[in-house]
Amino acid sequence: MTMNERKTIDLEQGWEFMQKGITKLKNILEGLPEPQFSSEDYMMLYTTIYNMCTQKPPHDYSQQLYDKYRESFEEYISSTVLPSIREKHDEFMLRELVKRWSNHKVMVRWLSRFFHYLDRYFIARRSLPPLNEVGLTCFRDLVYTELNGKVRDAVITLIDQEREGEQIDRALLKNVLDIFVEIGMGQMDYYENDFETAMLKDTAAYYSRKASNWILEDSCPDYMLKAEECLKREKDRVSHYLHSSSEPKLLEKVQHELLSVYANQLLEKEHSGCHALLRDDKVEDLSRMFRLFSKIPRGLDPVSNIFKQHVTAEGTALVKLAEDAASNKKAEKRDVVGLQEQVFVRKVIELHDKYLAYVNDCFQNHTLFHKSLKEAFEVFCNKGVAGSSSAELLATFCDNILKKGGSEKLSDEAIEEMLEKVVKLLAYISDKDLFAEFYRKKLARRLLFDKSANDDHERSILTKLKQQCGGQFTSKMEGMVTDLTLARENQTSFEEYLSNNPNANPGIDLTVTVLTTGFWPSYKSFDLNLPAEMVKCVEVFREFYQTKTKHRKLTWIYSLGTCNLLGKFESRTTELIVTTYQASALLLFNSSDRLSYSEIMTQLNLSDDDVVRLLHSLSCAKYKILNKEPNTKTISPTDHFEFNSKFTDKMRRIKIPLPPVDEKKKVIEDVDKDRRYAIDASIVRIMKSRKVLGHQQLVLECVEQLGRMFKVHNTLFSFLFFFFVFVCESFVFLNLTTLALNEMLILQPDFKAIKKRIEDLITRDYLERDKSNPNMFRYLA
Amino acid sequence: MKMRRSVSRKTGQTNSTDATDLFRSASSKASSKEMERIDNLFYSYANKSSGMIDPEGIESLCSDIEVSHTDVRILMLAWKMKAEKQGYFTLEEWRRGLKALRADTVNKLKKALPDLEKEVKRPTNFQDFYAFAFRYCLTEEKQKSVDIESVCELLGLVLGSQYRAQVDYLIEYLKIQSDYKVINMDQWMGFYRFCNEISFPDFNNYDPNLAWPLVLDNFVEWMKAKQT
Repeated sequence: MTMNERKTIDLEQGWEFMQKGITKLKNILEGLPEPQFSSEDYMMLYTTIYNMCTQKPPHDYSQQLYDKYRESFEEYISSTVLPSIREKHDEFMLRELVKRWSNHKVMVRWLSRFFHYLDRYFIARRSLPPLNEVGLTCFRDLVYTELNGKVRDAVITLIDQEREGEQIDRALLKNVLDIFVEIGMGQMDYYENDFETAMLKDTAAYYSRKASNWILEDSCPDYMLKAEECLKREKDRVSHYLHSSSEPKLLEKVQHELLSVYANQLLEKEHSGCHALLRDDKVEDLSRMFRLFSKIPRGLDPVSNIFKQHVTAEGTALVKLAEDAASNKKAEKRDVVGLQEQVFVRKVIELHDKYLAYVNDCFQNHTLFHKSLKEAFEVFCNKGVAGSSSAELLATFCDNILKKGGSEKLSDEAIEEMLEKVVKLLAYISDKDLFAEFYRKKLARRLLFDKSANDDHERSILTKLKQQCGGQFTSKMEGMVTDLTLARENQTSFEEYLSNNPNANPGIDLTVTVLTTGFWPSYKSFDLNLPAEMVKCVEVFREFYQTKTKHRKLTWIYSLGTCNLLGKFESRTTELIVTTYQASALLLFNSSDRLSYSEIMTQLNLSDDDVVRLLHSLSCAKYKILNKEPNTKTISPTDHFEFNSKFTDKMRRIKIPLPPVDEKKKVIEDVDKDRRYAIDASIVRIMKSRKVLGHQQLVLECVEQLGRMFKVHNTLFSFLFFFFVFVCESFVFLNLTTLALNEMLILQPDFKAIKKRIEDLITRDYLERDKSNPNMFRYLA
Repeated sequence: MKMRRSVSRKTGQTNSTDATDLFRSASSKASSKEMERIDNLFYSYANKSSGMIDPEGIESLCSDIEVSHTDVRILMLAWKMKAEKQGYFTLEEWRRGLKALRADTVNKLKKALPDLEKEVKRPTNFQDFYAFAFRYCLTEEKQKSVDIESVCELLGLVLGSQYRAQVDYLIEYLKIQSDYKVINMDQWMGFYRFCNEISFPDFNNYDPNLAWPLVLDNFVEWMKAKQT
């Protein structure tokens, strides 16, 4: 049979034939006993359609077939499918729906194969929806439109049942929800609008109810456990039957209802909230808290705040503890940094270690918590204890670690670790320049009196300080350490010189340490009247020094010297190790048996302070080398002294210490002075270049200039830490503008201090206030 | 007196230049007479050897014009004279002051005082007077600041009538604080600006971030602490 000879199929006729095929299909779907389609069946059906579409008009029935195709579905759905679903409810309804949907898809597949020819030309030509789409649309318009509400409600009910702990048919739900997705034919609109929105709303309501109960009944850790569990389950739910796109929205809802809404109440629960957890070191619960709160917007802010408050309180308590212990000390020991203060520093280090671990572990190294830790430490680390500033305490702590016979007896590694931690603490101290000064003074003592326990440690801490605070912070200290090495070499040449020039030899072993002025703390050099023997020593060294260099000036610091004397007592000769001052006083008794206080003072040419101290150490302390008349415990200007020939001690060699003058006040004064100079210099520099400047601008630029490398910390303007200029001692301040910026140390500026300096500069005619605008200043050349 | 009569007789005259000439010479004669009287008055109080009116002379002047020598009006008089040294008036200063006040007798001087007060209180003049009051206290050479006690007295004298409350509190504060033992010109001028511009006693428009002298920042802090 050729195309041309094909017999025309009449529409009714053809459709009757097709109808049989469709009915067969329906029977199969209904589960009635019906044999499957054979290939022939299929071919016949397909060809029928083909023929009816390719016939010449008016017998080309494409349009009619297209319509009938759709009508087939409509008829089937209306007569059979819909009623069968309608008569069922809840879970049964869902099952029926799933079955019918599955059937429908099969029906669409088969029918669209039969009618496939329409897809090839007719549809494209008329820009009509393809067969597949037509089929699915029928289901959507007839079944889905009517039933989606009920279906949704049934699904949500099941979900809530599962939430309450009941077992439900997850596979069923997955299939139902797949309908919502597939019915969109590529778009998620139906799923989102007809199911997801309501589901989210229901979820929110569900968890809101739960949360309102739990928050009253449960402790914070228990609540958090529940919350974490809920979130886990919801996530699980998504993976099993919800569409993956629902996950973020769903979790967000749950987090909101469980956490955001009750965040504050949860954190502030009296016996189990954040404060309590920190107090009781509940690391696990805190980790959980972090995990949960990091998910909600700004959730971590209150947590980090409470953390900060807690650490601050702990630190402040340590300060108070130390203060209380210190106030129980005896009055005369009050100025000396004692054991309690050492303990305090160690405890602060421990506190830091503990909470740094928290930040790293519980709080997963989050910047917010690093910041809280830092701010907390900055608050209490800057509180002094018993009149000693934190800067001094730290410096003393270091001294104790580094000096021989210090109170800290630790292994080398432990020392390194400790030094590392101390330097880290320094970051929190605002008066770093004060620390530097104290540290320098104590370093000088250690170096000059050979009290340094270990050179490597000395260098190591300087390296650490350099890394943390910059090279200029440590340059002087490094200079000091180098000076000693040079001094030893110098001494060797001096001894060579002496052996080469025997008549120059003063007859006494002399060791001289030459220091570079700029590096070392300033020492007052009094014009001590040296005993004749020592005068010769000084001269000899001076001559030697001239041979080495003519351009330097030597200033002798007798207050730092030590002497070894042989005391010829009646019982035996004892070697006495004393300071030069003490030695000079003792040697006076070689030519006089008895001397008065004023005679000693005149002959030595020292101040009252020094004389009282040294006489006390020789007559009222542990070793009575001199006898005092009257034999009281304190020195008074009317006392008289005699050599105590009856003195005896079992040791051949004794050291008679001279307690050092308290440096604390001087250090603070020096640092204050340096700061004032630094601020003055900065202000003048700025005004010189700007000529006219407003007050606020001037303060800002001053702060910026002084804090160029680090940032400035102040509550008014909320900057962070900063440097200032420390001016070298040997300059004379006639003209501030030519000050060289030799050193930069670190300081926290006081805005009042800057204002005060401006006023001072006005009085000194460097600046004036503008006549018309009192907030402006002019530079006076 | 004679002069005036002869001038008035001449008013009928048509020759105006003659009249002005006469008037001028008459007034210059009048003014030189006035100057003479002023000078005589000066010498009646002046110390014979120094040629200046000294503190004693000022005291007797004060009793003559019936004003206490601690009264602010004497200070105003000194201002009018542009007197340089506290407690002393030179002839030049005396002439300057009395001429400006048009007073050549003690009576006239006394009567000129109320007008002088009004003149000083005019805002344009007051600032100048206020600054003058401070400078007048700088008695030593190269002195730049005045001690707190004197400043307190001066404040009361100069600003007391206008800003009683502020001045009283400020004086109380200055006496108990220990940051400053002396006050300089800049701070002094700051006090006036403060009384003038800042609302009292709430200090609502006071901003310590501006260039107010630090002593005033501290004063406001102290006041606020007191008020709580």
